[in-house]
Amino acid sequence: MESRRGSGSLRIRVENLACERGERRIFSGLSFTLSPGEALMVLGRNGAGKSSLLDILAGRLAPAQGAIHLSEAGERLLPECLHVVGHREALKGALTAGENLAFARDFLGEPRAMPEDALAVLGLAHALHLPVAYLSAGQRRRVALARLLVAHRPLWLLDEPSAALDTASQALLLRLMEAHRAEGGMIVVATHQNLGLADARELTIGRNPAGIA
Amino acid sequence: MGSFRALLVRDLKLAARVGGSGTMSLVFFLAIVTLIPFALGPDLNLLSRIGPAILWIAALLSTLIGLDRLFQADEEDGSLALLRLSPVPLEIVVLAKVLAHWLVTGLPLALAVPLFGLLVALSPEGMLATAATLLVGTPALTFLGAVGAALTASLRRGGLILSIIVLPFMIPTLIFGVAAANAALGGTVPFATPFLILCALTLIAAVVGTFGAAAALRSDV
Repeated sequence: MESRRGSGSLRIRVENLACERGERRIFSGLSFTLSPGEALMVLGRNGAGKSSLLDILAGRLAPAQGAIHLSEAGERLLPECLHVVGHREALKGALTAGENLAFARDFLGEPRAMPEDALAVLGLAHALHLPVAYLSAGQRRRVALARLLVAHRPLWLLDEPSAALDTASQALLLRLMEAHRAEGGMIVVATHQNLGLADARELTIGRNPAGIA
Repeated sequence: MGSFRALLVRDLKLAARVGGSGTMSLVFFLAIVTLIPFALGPDLNLLSRIGPAILWIAALLSTLIGLDRLFQADEEDGSLALLRLSPVPLEIVVLAKVLAHWLVTGLPLALAVPLFGLLVALSPEGMLATAATLLVGTPALTFLGAVGAALTASLRRGGLILSIIVLPFMIPTLIFGVAAANAALGGTVPFATPFLILCALTLIAAVVGTFGAAAALRSDV
């Protein structure tokens, strides 16, 4: 277990990645690298394949071409090194926010913050014993973001993380992301907004849509 | 094994909460077992002769009831994406979910047989034998169903397709389950023969179901 603490040195190299969904080429020739402390902003119009890129990185989707290389990952596969927060929050409405986070903490391994502490950081301490089904869209999103804190994973994959968040929560999200990078973590975020990440690299997927009048 | 336990506990909690599948299959089981004597009429000899078969068919149908939500519920709210990030293989994830599902659907059915057996005029030894066959046989139904549930996880109306896919594969379990229960009520075959085959079928289903469902989830886009 001791050697797992060295996760700050995980590096990711993506080479010539291509994605196909339903026989249709979404993007191709995508290459980038990620080193500790780096953030990558994935930009592009709707349907350009931002979420598909995150799905490929998370191991949900097989790339049509190209490869993802890991170094310093030990015996772990890429899906074991990352967190995903996407459009579907992966929260169970019948369970309380605390139970949802406790599950994620035990399930994902490498536990960090306790559920109540993570919720307090996101300003949802009062929701600990509330079923998630009772929470608003923004509150649910914040519970999903609290998952980033209960278990340590070097790479965060965030798909539109600021959706449904108020301005105060967006500023909080930015602080969490910068703190994660300061610890040597990496972030890939698909977004339409400028999140204000310091010296984040940008990756734009897709050119103008072809064949659409 | 922390992940296995965490998932098992989560699914058991979900089953116990509002909208969970906890009591539903048991109530459905009761409904079928109650309906059949109404349809057949008050012929106690006939009922006690076909009692084990009635209980087995009812158990098979009520197992099918909750199965379509086994992976679909997790697919819909994005939990399946989270489950893929586990440090343990997907097979372990499937095993935890199937075990939790069996504990809240299959096990109560087997335990309820002594009570429901009264409705079909089953003799005490018949109840015991049917309970024993359901105890070792229902895991096979859940494991086989898990493959179908994984295949139909992303389909909107997957329940019907699921039944059509998995029912043929459940036939051997049904045959040997009912055969063992009937053997205990008398006949030329000793109880142990079909019962041991039933046990073997469950072990095979456990392996095939676990790996099959995990493979189906992996190939799912």
